[in-house]
Amino acid sequence: MSIIFSIVVDGVAYGMILFMISVGLSITMGLMRIINLAHGGFALLGGAAVHVLSVRLGVPFWIASFTAVIIVIVLALVLERLLYRHIYGFGELGQVLATIGIVFLMIATVNLFLGSTILSLGAPQSLTAAVDLGFKTLPLHRVIVILAGFIIMASLWLLMEKTRFGIYLRAAVDNKVAAASLGINTPRVFLAAFAIGAGLAAFGGILGAELLPIEAYYPLRYMVLFLIVVSVGGLGSIPGSFAASLGLGILDTAGRYLLPGTGTIFFFLAITALLALRPQGLMGKAQ
Amino acid sequence: MTNATDQVSIRRKMGRLAPVLPALIVSVAAAIAFILFPYDLAFLTRIVIMMIFVLSFDLILGYAGIATLGHAAMYGCGAYAAGLVSLHLASDPLIGLLAGAVAGALIAWISGCVLLRAQGVALLMISIAVTMVLQETASQARWLTGGADGLAGITVSPLLGMFEFDFVGQVAFVYSVCILIAVLIFCCILASSPFGLALRGIEGSASRMRAIGTPVYRRKVTVYVIAGAIAGIAGALAAQVTGLVGIEVFNFSLSADVMVMLIVGGAGRLYGALVGTLVFMVVHHIAAGIDPFNWLFVIGFMLLIIVFALPKGLISLPDRLVALLRRKP
Repeated sequence: MSIIFSIVVDGVAYGMILFMISVGLSITMGLMRIINLAHGGFALLGGAAVHVLSVRLGVPFWIASFTAVIIVIVLALVLERLLYRHIYGFGELGQVLATIGIVFLMIATVNLFLGSTILSLGAPQSLTAAVDLGFKTLPLHRVIVILAGFIIMASLWLLMEKTRFGIYLRAAVDNKVAAASLGINTPRVFLAAFAIGAGLAAFGGILGAELLPIEAYYPLRYMVLFLIVVSVGGLGSIPGSFAASLGLGILDTAGRYLLPGTGTIFFFLAITALLALRPQGLMGKAQ
Repeated sequence: MTNATDQVSIRRKMGRLAPVLPALIVSVAAAIAFILFPYDLAFLTRIVIMMIFVLSFDLILGYAGIATLGHAAMYGCGAYAAGLVSLHLASDPLIGLLAGAVAGALIAWISGCVLLRAQGVALLMISIAVTMVLQETASQARWLTGGADGLAGITVSPLLGMFEFDFVGQVAFVYSVCILIAVLIFCCILASSPFGLALRGIEGSASRMRAIGTPVYRRKVTVYVIAGAIAGIAGALAAQVTGLVGIEVFNFSLSADVMVMLIVGGAGRLYGALVGTLVFMVVHHIAAGIDPFNWLFVIGFMLLIIVFALPKGLISLPDRLVALLRRKP
């Protein structure tokens, strides 16, 4: 019983981290039809910024995290304007090459200034303390991650369903040309979606540093994981990413607890089978 | 009149020469490299093996338009097969190559039957997943593959019973170049055959090819198996030359590197695979030699410059230069 509980808690927390980091990737891949291999780089940059602010400059962790997310969003805005705008027009292969180039530059930058060791984020001690939920004690970190995941899912749902921007975004995902011809400023929708995605990735990277440690090669190491979440969930589908993240998080954690060794094999076999049967992912549009 | 027929016959002769021409260029270039860099033969051999591997990827990505990120699966299986055969069965290098080719083709056939039904991102992800499954299997099946330690101490007997593999790596280099030339000629013939044309058609528009009666799926599986066999040969060569096989042969970064090298050179033209591999590996080697910590800057900027300035790869550089010169009066 207790092991099932641990699996569920750890799996859900892990899934929430995956969700926060990959939801932006799912939106950009569904919206701009761009394979952005550099997406994990925003999580890395967020974590690296927190490291610099909190460990090296002594800024309190939560203020440092907030600042780091803002820095990454600003950086994403600049990058979108300068680089990505041109990359949208390339073919698939050009996109892969260009975004891998960007990943390499991000890794090299972090490596140059901070080295290639694991970066501590200087999270307060209270985060690792246990919280008594009445029937069970949990590390506070897990509780915060799970709560943050639900809050982000809920606010994304509100954003997509209840605001004008959400309507524009859904229209642009469905049919970019038709949306543009109806007077929607699609380049600006792209810009906003890209920045939100990058900011969420940074936030997820910071919160998830305990599970996916921040180091220079982070974007390459976890690229496959984020791509799997996006493709299993379905490109451009926020609920799909959410379901896929939770499912994969629990599956992966269960594999590690119950079948150490062969767990990973079953994990990837399950993904292969799922994608072979449903190439568009759980909640993606059939193409 | 006679002049014109002469020209036609010359052109026809050139046409017949065409498959041999790249082989000629490669052998001359290899001979020059052999004389100029006698102390870098190990590195040169690595480039040659990588060229074979990237060539095989060009068949599926450049010709048939199938983008995968799991080409290391076939390379790794080839490497393990060659290693195991030379450790347990026969130490003849050519038998090892054959084993590598068979293993690569077999895994390509099994995985291809599943993944070639998918398209786009799903195809990419399934190919990655297949490679991951193989890597985990190799790391778990310790009794067969040595697990994370890998297979060590692979020795091969003299090539054709005559040429002993020497310490400097001269025989290894010449051996690899010969295999590269054979693979290159085979790919040239394949590319200009009706089968190669069908692949180009599939790359252009699969639905139209289906409409004129081409069995698209079967063609794709066929080329995937052929490319798998060649990738297996590349892996087998690497195992024989270095004497080692580790689970890194299934690394995702290897599949990604192969794709990057091919796009850098230019996909869909066999020369592109050779040029891209050469440029990427030499720049990588020199940059890492000068600054072991910050060489990624060089690679990153190189990729961005190439993709913005030469979207069709380095191989299009001469065409672009000619076009630029023509435009100026």
